[in-house]
Amino acid sequence: MSYFSNIFYGIKTLLTGMRVTGKYFLNSRKGAITQQYPDNRGILKMFDRFRGEVIMPHDENNEHACTGCQKCEIACPNGTIEIIWDRGLDEATGKKKKKIDQFVYHLSLCTMCGLCIDVCPTDAIEWGQNFENSVYDRTALTRVLNKPDSKIRPGVED
Amino acid sequence: MSIIEMVLIALVYLGIFSVAGLFLVLLERRVAAWFQLRIGPNRVGFQGLLQTMADALKLVSKELTGTEKADKFLYNLAPYFVIITALMALGVIPFTKDFQAFDINIGIFFLIAISSIGVIGILLGGWASNNKFALIGAMRSGVQTISYELSVGLSLLTMILLTRSLQLSEIVEVQKNGWLIVQGHIPAIIAFMVFMIAGTAETNRAPFDMVEAESELGAGFHTEYSGMKFAYFFLAEFINMFLIAAIATTVFFGAWLSPFGITESIPWLGVFWFLLKTLILVFLMMWFRWTFPRLRVDQLLTLEWKYLLPINLVNIVIMAFVVWQNLIIQF
Ligand code: SF4
Ligand code: SF4
Repeated sequence: MSYFSNIFYGIKTLLTGMRVTGKYFLNSRKGAITQQYPDNRGILKMFDRFRGEVIMPHDENNEHACTGCQKCEIACPNGTIEIIWDRGLDEATGKKKKKIDQFVYHLSLCTMCGLCIDVCPTDAIEWGQNFENSVYDRTALTRVLNKPDSKIRPGVED
Repeated sequence: MSIIEMVLIALVYLGIFSVAGLFLVLLERRVAAWFQLRIGPNRVGFQGLLQTMADALKLVSKELTGTEKADKFLYNLAPYFVIITALMALGVIPFTKDFQAFDINIGIFFLIAISSIGVIGILLGGWASNNKFALIGAMRSGVQTISYELSVGLSLLTMILLTRSLQLSEIVEVQKNGWLIVQGHIPAIIAFMVFMIAGTAETNRAPFDMVEAESELGAGFHTEYSGMKFAYFFLAEFINMFLIAAIATTVFFGAWLSPFGITESIPWLGVFWFLLKTLILVFLMMWFRWTFPRLRVDQLLTLEWKYLLPINLVNIVIMAFVVWQNLIIQF
């Protein structure tokens, strides 16, 4: 008897599958899930969790949150991050203090694993949404993330 | 009919159906896109209408490459086998009462015979390419076609019991009192389902596309073909799909007859009804393709020999009983 139940089960499951795809077919008018890139380059928004590149956000006073602790440099499995640091005078206390000179990021080495972002104690770096990373010269992929003359935001170290 | 007339008609058919085949490819691509919530080709011409034309032009202008150790003669012959048989079969399809190039008295038989010649082209192509993927693909195609040919033939035979004629124009004539799928009710519906399954397998389309299973065999029997020769195989697949749908339309759904005879006074509208019915069936086959996963070879053979064939044989007996006891539904 399993012969006939096999046939009915087979037909039933096939119809279930066709119902699912049929629903998608009828709903396809409401808009495709694919993007019309590069036509919509202006309005194309990536998802929040998209991992495009590592960036360091700066606020309006040209201040970032990086203390130069180098945890990200150690965490990175590929040696993507190089922190060139310096000692400067802290205005508030007048003591000598570590600060970053250049936060060098080699995009061409990065695997977007996110370890650097996870490990940063002050959340100074995060994911950027840019995905158009093609260049004619690979030196263009080596970036300095802290902007010139930027300094650390007061209070992040407390 | 003079020979010149025949050649002219052949050329007209060739022209119409190569273009129609190209549009079928476009339809498939758009429908596939809609099933997957994509957009599909929409750049060349209005809504991408000229996309496949452009593709065909590109393929024509490409260099024809082949393998060093290929059997050149058979290798070049194979695509023609496939495309010519597909086009030949179109000759007997009744698009309207008058738009039928070749109305022979063994119509259905001719169609079945012609459609199995196509597989010789596939076998030749696979063998002559001297490539293991092509050879495996061709052998699978042989297994598949030999098995499913039976079901196609038997399911059509079931309907022949009802029409008592092999001639396609006669078969349409019988359906003036109701389409055969209504006249033959239960056995006809079973025969239709079997025919659609076996027909899909005949055309080597998914879910029966082990012949060219991309993930295992590259492109199967046409791995080594390029340019126009590849285009022939591709076009033949789509013309064959159209053919299977056209045969189903003719035998089950009354060919060019309009539903309930609503446009009986305007005979040329038959083309419209025929194409409408055929395209609905073609759409059904596309729906199959974009829904069902590919079968394994053993599952394919189980389906045919353990399920379709016995069902078919029982179905013929039921149909014979229905015809004998005159249980036909007629209007
Ligand atoms: S995402 Fe991973 S690879 Fe890239 S810089 Fe951070 S730690 Fe290194
Ligand atoms: S980015 Fe974060 S982890 Fe890296 S040096 Fe600056 S503060 Fe430390």
